[in-house]
Amino acid sequence: MANEKKLLQKVAGVIEWPWPVRYGLENEVTTDVLVLGGGLSGCWAAISATRQGLKVAIIDKGCVAHSGCAGAGIDHWHHACTNPACRITPEEYAQAEIESLNGYNCGIGVYITCRESYDTLLEQEKMGMKIRDSEDELKGAPFRDEKTKFIFAYDYENKYCITVWGTTLKGALYRECKRLGVNIFDWVTLTSLLTEGGKQGARVVGATGVNVRTGEFYIFKAKATIVCTGGESRLWHFSSEQRALYSDRPPQIVGEGWVAAWRAGAELSHFEKSTPLSTGGLVGIDIVHYFGGYWEAEWRPCTMVDAIGKEIPWVDRDGNPLSTVLQRSQPAPGQKFFLPNLPFVRPSIIPATSRDVLRKYAEPQLMRGLRRRIASGEFVAPLYADLPSMPELERRAIFGLHMGQEGKTAIGYRMLTQAGFDPDKHMLQFYPVEAVPRARSFFFYKGGLVPDWDLRTNLEGLYAAGEALLTGAGASYSCCTGRYVGRKAAEYAHAAAEPVIDRKQVEKEKARVYAPVRRKDGIDWKELNIGICQVMQLYCGDIRNEESLKVGLRWFEELKEQEVTKVYARNPHELERALESLSLSTLGEIVMHASLVRKTSSAWLDFRRSDYPELDPPEWHKWITIKLDGDKVMVSELPINYWGDLKENYEAHCGL
Amino acid sequence: MRNEKVYAFPNLTTPSKPIEFDENICDGCNICVEHCQAGVLLPNPVKGKPPIVMYPDECWYSGCCVRECPKGRTGAIKMNWPLMLKMRWKDKKTGEHFRFGMPNNPLPQNLKPPVGGWRPKP
Repeated sequence: MANEKKLLQKVAGVIEWPWPVRYGLENEVTTDVLVLGGGLSGCWAAISATRQGLKVAIIDKGCVAHSGCAGAGIDHWHHACTNPACRITPEEYAQAEIESLNGYNCGIGVYITCRESYDTLLEQEKMGMKIRDSEDELKGAPFRDEKTKFIFAYDYENKYCITVWGTTLKGALYRECKRLGVNIFDWVTLTSLLTEGGKQGARVVGATGVNVRTGEFYIFKAKATIVCTGGESRLWHFSSEQRALYSDRPPQIVGEGWVAAWRAGAELSHFEKSTPLSTGGLVGIDIVHYFGGYWEAEWRPCTMVDAIGKEIPWVDRDGNPLSTVLQRSQPAPGQKFFLPNLPFVRPSIIPATSRDVLRKYAEPQLMRGLRRRIASGEFVAPLYADLPSMPELERRAIFGLHMGQEGKTAIGYRMLTQAGFDPDKHMLQFYPVEAVPRARSFFFYKGGLVPDWDLRTNLEGLYAAGEALLTGAGASYSCCTGRYVGRKAAEYAHAAAEPVIDRKQVEKEKARVYAPVRRKDGIDWKELNIGICQVMQLYCGDIRNEESLKVGLRWFEELKEQEVTKVYARNPHELERALESLSLSTLGEIVMHASLVRKTSSAWLDFRRSDYPELDPPEWHKWITIKLDGDKVMVSELPINYWGDLKENYEAHCGL
Repeated sequence: MRNEKVYAFPNLTTPSKPIEFDENICDGCNICVEHCQAGVLLPNPVKGKPPIVMYPDECWYSGCCVRECPKGRTGAIKMNWPLMLKMRWKDKKTGEHFRFGMPNNPLPQNLKPPVGGWRPKP
């Protein structure tokens, strides 16, 4: 009998929950600055605020040492405009990034990053991050600066992007937080923001959280709160079993900071923007993405060949084949510099009359239209990354450095080499991705909280950094905006009145948070998640219209009355997942509301409305903002360049 | 002939074994548990035994657990790419095909460390 029990336990996996569970037990924490999320932006916000002499707490649903999108590593450090080898100014770079999205790129965070990226990198080096080729392993490479020993990526002439040993970044930031005495709450997930008098739209005075191991409740009281919760996943597409295989971001990051802020009355914008989800298309077949990296990023500028050995040309911005490897990393004749991974919009949907700006900053790239060319027989799938044909130092940098340092691929270096993969002899196989019909993703340069030059939201006491910010994108951006907002939030907190928590608001939130664990049966969180994705795909997918969006909102209302009241959790981990699914249903509503109020189509937002098919009429070239007021959605707008003069405003506000 | 004792089980989630431990090398220190931001691993109720891979479907294959293992590359913990994602490659000269995890792998281990070493320092 004992053996059978053991066998059942072993196979069915049922064990006693390994941590003591105390649902409802309250932990009260008072702090000057509360940072929600311990990723890159959160760690930096905490470091910055602590340097200003304040008490700071970070809450993270995982472990800050490895949490967030960069927790496993990064290879590219962008926007390093002030590094001694860079030939372009922060103003030029920021302007290019804004122009390349037709203005739909919030200049505040971009410019802060262009000014502070290199200095931030140097500080990270002091904290223990490796940023240069001190061992001279790549000496003599055209992408290496002999003096500084920096390795550069993308544009070898203008040198604004430094290749870094990103597996050493998160640990360095984490150790610095600990050294400075930041109060780190690992395994505590954000559930809501707390406001003065419990009123929506009032000053934010803290937040609530729940421990995903013990189920205990946390009440944080803070003078200033900073949203550093990153982006989203699982809104349109969720594979219940292969969830994380197609995800280049940790799948438990679902935009809970946005949702908490929205419920508190914060102003959001740009959530109608999305891109086709190509990252989950051929789930389980598309290999070099994620496990191997992106050809556009980690594998630049590797030669690619098809199954028969036919080389796929690298082309310049006009589609002309390039003849040398070096040309793949150089601006075109007459072009000052190019932007990495441009465009983040699909050129095919940008009207020809608007494509000039894309051409202005377009990078050399692999010939486009690969899926079409494979379908027509021009090339034969699968495709291969022809490392052996690359110059030795490029080969070493691609496989031994980029792949070895980028988050999802770092482990891949180890596994492949253990299996005998030799970049000098072998070509790694991959397929170009397919888009999942109707499924979308926010990807980069997406919606977020609307900041002013203090990176403050419309709510007093509430700040934001990183990818939670409007059009926030990338590691250097997250670090720099975090570093900046820490200073500004601290400035406010120094003089702010003592926050007071509203007990009724806390009780209401506790009841909401623990509802799933009080149920013994119902619907599990995965089914709820997929149900939400279905509503999004059907009513808020590739092409939208008023009728469908309103029906979609109605389905979300009904979800709230029905399935949301039935989702159950058997332990704190399932509770974490259930709360994520609940948050996703609100995020879906946000996207639908944002989609309803932009009564036009937009190529730049990859936003199509069948009832308003005109693309980008000039009167709609602006930001539309939305916020909650009770159960009404209030709509407003901001001019496309609402941040004004970049240099002037930065210098007036930066606090340096 | 005696009947065999056989049990019915609910389906496994798939992939079911993203992380595998060698019980003879792993000493149950649980450092990997503390470094998985997705909470995939739980400490074993039996002290000293390897962690339980409780949520294999939530693993996003970042490899942080493997990289943080104090026992390094001894095989205490290893990551298993699921079959459909075991990377494939081909020898440029000979055209011979290989895949990760193939039987009778003829290739020698390539022990070259990545640029900057296995544990890069500034």
